[in-house]
Amino acid sequence: MDMQVKKKLGLKEKYSLMTRDLGWETTYESMDDVYPYMKFEGIKIHDWDKWEDPFRLTMDSYWKYQAEKEKKLYAIIDAFAQNNGHLGVTDARYLNALKLIMSAFPSLEYNSHRGFAHIGRQMRGVGPAVACQMQSLDEIRHAQTQIHSLSNYNKYYNGLHDWRNMNDKMWYLSVSKSFFEDAMTAGPFEFITAIGFSFEYVLTNLVFVPFISGAAHNGDMAAMTFGFSAQSDEARHMTLGLEFIKFMLEQDPDNLPIVQGWIDKWTWRGVRVLTLVAMMMDYMLPKRVMSWKEAWGIYFEENAMALFDDLARYGIKVPACVEQIRKEKDHISHQAWLAFYTAGGMTNFHTWLPSEEEMTWLASKYPDTFDKYYRPRLEFWKQKADKGERFYGTTMPMLCQTCQIPMMFTEPDDPTQIAYRETTYLGDKFHFCSDHCKCIFEKEPEKYSQAWLPAHQISQGNCFAEGADPTAPDFDPIKSVMAYWNLQFGKDNLDFEGSEDQKNFAEWRQASTKN
Amino acid sequence: MPVVSIKLYPVDNKDRKENFHGAQLLYVGWDKHLLFYAPTVFCLPPDTRFRDVVETHLANAYGVHPEFSGIDWNQVCWLKSGQPWTPDMDKSIAENGLEHKDVLRFQTPGRDGLAGVGV
Repeated sequence: MDMQVKKKLGLKEKYSLMTRDLGWETTYESMDDVYPYMKFEGIKIHDWDKWEDPFRLTMDSYWKYQAEKEKKLYAIIDAFAQNNGHLGVTDARYLNALKLIMSAFPSLEYNSHRGFAHIGRQMRGVGPAVACQMQSLDEIRHAQTQIHSLSNYNKYYNGLHDWRNMNDKMWYLSVSKSFFEDAMTAGPFEFITAIGFSFEYVLTNLVFVPFISGAAHNGDMAAMTFGFSAQSDEARHMTLGLEFIKFMLEQDPDNLPIVQGWIDKWTWRGVRVLTLVAMMMDYMLPKRVMSWKEAWGIYFEENAMALFDDLARYGIKVPACVEQIRKEKDHISHQAWLAFYTAGGMTNFHTWLPSEEEMTWLASKYPDTFDKYYRPRLEFWKQKADKGERFYGTTMPMLCQTCQIPMMFTEPDDPTQIAYRETTYLGDKFHFCSDHCKCIFEKEPEKYSQAWLPAHQISQGNCFAEGADPTAPDFDPIKSVMAYWNLQFGKDNLDFEGSEDQKNFAEWRQASTKN
Repeated sequence: MPVVSIKLYPVDNKDRKENFHGAQLLYVGWDKHLLFYAPTVFCLPPDTRFRDVVETHLANAYGVHPEFSGIDWNQVCWLKSGQPWTPDMDKSIAENGLEHKDVLRFQTPGRDGLAGVGV
């Protein structure tokens, strides 16, 4: 007799069994006690079952997909290591873009993992809880593969040796760190708006263009591989973020102003963090993909605005900050690189002045601003450097209390005037780079007044090497701060010209192609 | 309490004056001189003479600019929180009424930066 085999489960049935059926209503405890984070933000959800996961991914298929990807990824990373792939990049200057990104990104991914693990537990609906748990696993995988990719470079080049420690302590890394910590310490609905929507959906393309396309353009197969491996998860993450926004808006009209407030806040916070990315695109990639301004035009002004058109039917408006961002797209990459050039004695990567050819490229991409406002500064520093007077700032910059970026941004309508904003809270003054950062502070001053601003912490004496005695007669505060960051002054930083990285790369590359 | 929080949210201002061991923060920016990418933060004892702020600390921060050495400090226009302000060079920063985390901007008419665009 033939075996009687039941029809295979359809995708919908399987998804239901492996997600919705995992949930239940408690009887011994109140559901509000089991899910204590669900109400305090003011978001009202009436029917969790209305949440649809468009991917309908279940854990069993998740493992299968990810295992396949891991196999491919590690095969390439191994091949890269065995074939000295690090010598295949365009120019050793490229490695500094990698150092900057790799000092920040694995920690961001890790914090994203923590955040999604937390809300995966806290989301009362089973569908989103499962989707958040899978995203949490993705994020820790991304952190791990990034660390493995950077370890290939760490064997040969300076500045990548202690990114985890630096991420907690070094001044410029507080910008991206504070972004994720702000999100993680918000409620679950704000977290998913911040990371799932504003970051993953609206801004992630602007990260992947310079980061991954930049790696590909510059011959960095290791970074490119993990980037593509991660990118295939990003589509799912974006969808989760967008579905959540729509779900919140559909559940109750009272959710609209709350969600709008978060979108406004996190669009601005995200764009401020992307300043680092803008600088990387325009100044740090020896072979450029496109200018920051072009990327902003395509991925924000076209793509993201189309998304806002779609959300308009729920009553969502384009954030007011977009107008200022439009004005700043001609400026921020230049302002950031000039800042890092000046602060080149306090970074874990090298800085340099763009060549004449690169300045011509910048002038062509920024015809209204580069030659007028930025070339004169670069040329002034070049004249000094040619005389052996390469300039390094010896003082610390004033920082914005909210985004934690040095106060280097100019007034939206006057590129010759630094923007100053201030407010008072409980008798203390607080300062900001923009109206939008000030507005974010004023909505939650309790939160942002506790910011760990590196310049202030150094001034308070909290950033010296372990066991240091600041009262000793021979105490050198700069040296001690370098030790606290675990940086070797002059080896891990200062100018690219004359650096150990530059010298070694040239020698090794020559040795790999000639007898 | 404007912050949205699951329970009482403690205020922990990390930069209150008492955390600076008797010193105070003072921010100073030089308008129209963007060779310096941001205003500078100084951590100084309140009895620091304002003249020393100018001659020592500002010189250290901004002295590399070719216009710095020729500044006539009697002609400088000062702004505190964006409003006109006049320092007494021989009094301390505390006697000048400067509080913790005050921000000063100085403008040097006739020395408006390089390249005609405030560099």
